[in-house]
Amino acid sequence: MANLVMTEDETMLADAARGFLDKSAPVKAFRDLRDAGKTHDAKMWKEMAEMGWAGVLVPESAGGSDMGHAAAGVLAHEMGKTLVVSPFLSTAVIAATALRNVSDARAEKALAAIATGDVTYALAVDETPKFNPEAASMVATREGNGFRLSGKKTFVVDGALADRLLVLAKTDEGLTLFDIPADRAGINRTAQNMIDARDSARIDFDNVEATGDDVLGQVDSAMSILKPALEAGQAALAAEMAGLSAGAFGMTVAYLKERKQFGTVIGNFQALQHRAAHLWCDIEVTASAILNAGRMLDEDPDNATMAVSLAKARATSTAQLAVQEGVQMHGGIGMTDAYDIGFYMKRARVGAEWLGDYGYHAAQVAKHRGF
Amino acid sequence: MQSNQELEGFRIELRDWLEANCPAEMRGGEASEASICWGGKNFEFESDAQRDWMERAASKGYTVPTWPVEYGGAGLTRPQEKIFKEEMNRIGARSPLDSFGIWMLGPALLHFGSHEQKLHYLPPIARGEIRWCQGYSEPGAGSDLASVQTRGEDKGDHWLVNGQKIWTSYADKADWIFALIRTDREAPKHKGISFLLINMEDAGVETRPIKLISGASVFCETFFTDVKVPKDQIVGTENRGWDVAKYLLTHEREMISGGGQGLSGGRALGAVLNESLGEGQEMETTLRADAMRCEVDALAIGLTLERYKDQAEAGTGAGDASAMLKYMGTELNKQRHELLMAAGGSDALEWDGPLGNRPADWLRTKANSIEGGTSEVMLSIVSRRVLGLGA
Repeated sequence: MANLVMTEDETMLADAARGFLDKSAPVKAFRDLRDAGKTHDAKMWKEMAEMGWAGVLVPESAGGSDMGHAAAGVLAHEMGKTLVVSPFLSTAVIAATALRNVSDARAEKALAAIATGDVTYALAVDETPKFNPEAASMVATREGNGFRLSGKKTFVVDGALADRLLVLAKTDEGLTLFDIPADRAGINRTAQNMIDARDSARIDFDNVEATGDDVLGQVDSAMSILKPALEAGQAALAAEMAGLSAGAFGMTVAYLKERKQFGTVIGNFQALQHRAAHLWCDIEVTASAILNAGRMLDEDPDNATMAVSLAKARATSTAQLAVQEGVQMHGGIGMTDAYDIGFYMKRARVGAEWLGDYGYHAAQVAKHRGF
Repeated sequence: MQSNQELEGFRIELRDWLEANCPAEMRGGEASEASICWGGKNFEFESDAQRDWMERAASKGYTVPTWPVEYGGAGLTRPQEKIFKEEMNRIGARSPLDSFGIWMLGPALLHFGSHEQKLHYLPPIARGEIRWCQGYSEPGAGSDLASVQTRGEDKGDHWLVNGQKIWTSYADKADWIFALIRTDREAPKHKGISFLLINMEDAGVETRPIKLISGASVFCETFFTDVKVPKDQIVGTENRGWDVAKYLLTHEREMISGGGQGLSGGRALGAVLNESLGEGQEMETTLRADAMRCEVDALAIGLTLERYKDQAEAGTGAGDASAMLKYMGTELNKQRHELLMAAGGSDALEWDGPLGNRPADWLRTKANSIEGGTSEVMLSIVSRRVLGLGA
């Protein structure tokens, strides 16, 4: 069983990340982006890359910092606290893990480009409103030595602005994962107007050409590459949502200590104290599942599925509780756009769906527990 | 810190030992309060296997694996303890011995007791020879525990104890009781309590079982009438028993929380539920969904217990973690038993019916969120001490 204490390095990483983000990416920075209609801050991503965040899962041989999944979780957690917008999950976690599981020169080059922050990725898997990668129906038809891709993807997070796409499609004998530039002929991207004001796209593929070189790993066996990538993404997303929960909770408790009604601060009312205390307990329990998932991915990645699903399930339910309680305990002001707590609620709803919702992951846990 | 190689060596040795020494009857199956091996002078073993298992485990210190060897334990390090747990779970081994001595008094003695007290009291607990009960609550002191009125009058070489305790679990089966006794009636309520150890066979100690909604009588009333308690039977300092009481409570709360595994020794809830269904019957949709939710929560709470132990080992522990674990663990345990009842349908409605004493276990869990501090008291502790809310 993994050791469930933050290491000294992880604590230092969290402190350093917090220091940087409080300066460069407080919630106000997200608000400004949203108000400007932007979903990406290229300058900040470059700074994150310089600190080794973009290369957090890239081997040192390819110029990465190779800190591992638990460390990626630490970074995602800190970003979640202040609703940082960045391609971290799509690029530094999901794409990097996929590429890492392919050992060829092309993948090595792609990893190097991720680590420097020069190339961003998005994962194009979903076709229906619910996450179900195994059921992908988009077709890649063989043509000569290559393929032609036709079909539609939706909820491609970071997909409107990403430089490259990881695309899951059906081939003769199974599913195949393609790594193609997002501006290739026949690709038509439509930015979605998301409730959380982040980048997501619907993408049409109209007879898009893909060569054999564009295949990541082996034809017909996408899952050997995609599964670890998805699990890495789910664990890091869970960590981000745990950070989001902590952020919303921190705002809420601070509000309980300052808002006065009936002649006293509302934090003196037991009804609210107990709601807040319950929420804290829920956040604490989820924190254990998050750390455990990161440790399992680092130490025993072939057997991490249950730990990852446990983390994503718990993170989803905790985040939803945190934002709902947050708005309720803020009262009317929590309903206003001028106040930040609503941002947390909308981000939590998107995070709940991305890479599998509560039901999807609870069922995974149950399956691993034999029912 | 041991090397991985040393730890793997320990695992292999332990696995072999368990294979050779844990009787088949003591593996698997649904654990319930009725199947616990409590030990003590009055305990009736349900089988030879149960006795053998307790004695064999005690001979290796495995009834209290983390206690020091000189006090009857195996002196396991934290990484070894994890392996111990994993290997026990792997074969579904039941706990060889459980008792309030192990869960509560032991940790308090290890922390506050003198070396002589530890040598005197701990090994008989580890061997299952002496069974302890807890004398905390009184008719007028439930959630407001520090209001205890049972008094100990200083008579030079002993205290003369008079008063009444209630909810003394298994007092009728216990050999000794650890009790909170007011030894200074003038001092503020937290400052006049002493933590005394009292022999249940002493003159003036009387106990009466209370029949509960489960039909069982696990709780008792215990009366003290002019009981003489020698001065060396105090743990910690006179009138500072509240410190011991609080420390012990954190262990009691962890114990009651069961680390989210209060049911069936780490077995998956879904598997237990499936066994309750009739032949060819599928788990109904809402039951299945509820079971999944409970399973997710149970695993996460179990990890949290482990995380807190790891933190304590690393010296970064959070002070009031036990209140959180107690609250989350007991509320979950109640839900799990609700699901077990639902899965059993009408078969679960009979005392000692087709599903054994499931209704009694179900009703017993209702006390979990009351005993050792109610859920509401736990939430108040968290909001005051962790969140800094309220005066």
